[in-house]
Amino acid sequence: MYDGGKIIAGLAVFVLLFTFPFWYNIGNAAYTKPKLELPKDAKECVEKTEWMRAEHMQLLNEWRDEAIREGHHTYKNMVTGKVYKKSLTKTCLKCHAQKDKFCDRCHESLSVHPYCWDCHVAPKGDK
Amino acid sequence: MKSTRRKFIKIAGMSALGWSLCPALFNGSSRAAGHNEGHSEEHSGSSANAHGHGVRWAMAIDTARMTDEIMQKCIEACHSAHNVPHINNKQEIKWIWPETFHHLFPGQMNDHFHTNEFPERKALALCNHCDNPPCVRVCPTKATFKRPDGIVMMDFHRCVGCRYCMAACPYGSRSFNFADPRKYLKESERTLEFPTRTKGVVEKCLFCYERLAEGKQPYCVEVSEGTIYFGDLNDPHSDVRKVLKERYAIRRKPELGTSPCVYYLI
Ligand code: HEC
Ligand code: HEC
Ligand code: HEC
Repeated sequence: MYDGGKIIAGLAVFVLLFTFPFWYNIGNAAYTKPKLELPKDAKECVEKTEWMRAEHMQLLNEWRDEAIREGHHTYKNMVTGKVYKKSLTKTCLKCHAQKDKFCDRCHESLSVHPYCWDCHVAPKGDK
Repeated sequence: MKSTRRKFIKIAGMSALGWSLCPALFNGSSRAAGHNEGHSEEHSGSSANAHGHGVRWAMAIDTARMTDEIMQKCIEACHSAHNVPHINNKQEIKWIWPETFHHLFPGQMNDHFHTNEFPERKALALCNHCDNPPCVRVCPTKATFKRPDGIVMMDFHRCVGCRYCMAACPYGSRSFNFADPRKYLKESERTLEFPTRTKGVVEKCLFCYERLAEGKQPYCVEVSEGTIYFGDLNDPHSDVRKVLKERYAIRRKPELGTSPCVYYLI
């Protein structure tokens, strides 16, 4: 083999760089779900908890289009048929009043930064 | 099968007939269907519901009984409920504001018995919720659009701040947020009931659509001590229709053909 040493050294450097993300994170704590402050006077969310966890952004997107562009202001729970007003501050934040200990805590741990609060006014503690 | 020249010409003739008839039939029916569903989001805002069926919100301002104090009350009620910031320079934000007659009705000042006598009299100006709104026509994102009940609505989530609508509006009803409005709105003054806006977004009066949805009257009407009439233009028994029947009323810049739904009783 010509220049075997150089090739092997090059390969070693390549493998080292290529796997950098893996060994760089060795020793870092694994992601833990932050402790969320759940509403005290309510048992259920607008939909099932698992569904909300995965789909609340889409739900909010639909709500704002339907409320503003189509003038439909009521939302019915898909299972129980319970009715809610389609509103970010007047529905979600009525129950999840402590935005900083609920929405923000989860979002921050995941590096999600919704820009909604540039306009929508959260009850206290909004920046 | 034997194919003759005669048969070929027959088939060709039938095909040509078919080609010319079918598109006409399909087009006709699809156009009718498109018209039915499309009209809540009609971009051109042509007056589908203007004076036909359904609700058509309109306002009539009694300029003879309107005083400076009442105007201030209306402005205060509107602006505080909608988180409109207080900026006292050329970059001010206004949803409703006082304006003199010769600014309101520049083309109508040669009317000897009405406007001409009081060029300095003031009345409230606001978005006219035109039947034929130029702002809606120019908006590239459909952030501003015409609702079936006539309200020229803003979807702040879609506004990209191009300001075409401001250039198109002949009444100066729209304001642009040159700076973050929260800087001009102390925390104690903010209401939780309505969002603020951000830098780079256009805003204007929305005829209190959020209150109409709850069956209430707009804020300015509520505090106007009866000097502003509001209601459904398509309902002959509504307050606006009744007062428009009795009193002489004009609209701003009728020569432009925008067909405002805010009337001024002289
Ligand atoms: C009636 C009160 C109420 C309303 C309104 C409400 N929530 Fe909830 N929400 C709850 C409760 C209670 C829970 C916790 C349910 C549980 O313990 O399983 C919850 C859970 C959640 C979760 C999952 C949290 C987790 O554990 O992962 C999300 C996300 C969420 N809500 C978002 C929203 C959003 C967004 C809205 C507005 C569209 C909203 N909620 C409106 C009461 C409410
Ligand atoms: C269990 C964790 C969790 C909780 C609690 C939670 N969110 Fe989220 N949220 C997420 C995640 C994860 C995303 C990002 C999803 C993505 O990027 O696809 C997200 C995205 C969003 C978005 C879309 C952001 C964007 O940039 O498009 C909005 C809006 C939002 N959340 C609102 C809320 C509100 C309001 C609450 C509180 C009532 C809340 N969320 C509570 C996890 C959470
Ligand atoms: C440019 C400012 C602005 C931003 C940014 C913004 N909103 Fe809004 N939003 C508004 C305004 C103004 C309304 C009209 C409020 C009303 O009618 O009460 C509204 C209404 C809504 C509504 C329906 C009515 C209500 O009371 O809530 C929803 C839902 C909504 N926004 C969700 C969102 C979400 C989710 C985000 C972030 C992804 C967001 N908005 C970001 C200004 C904004």
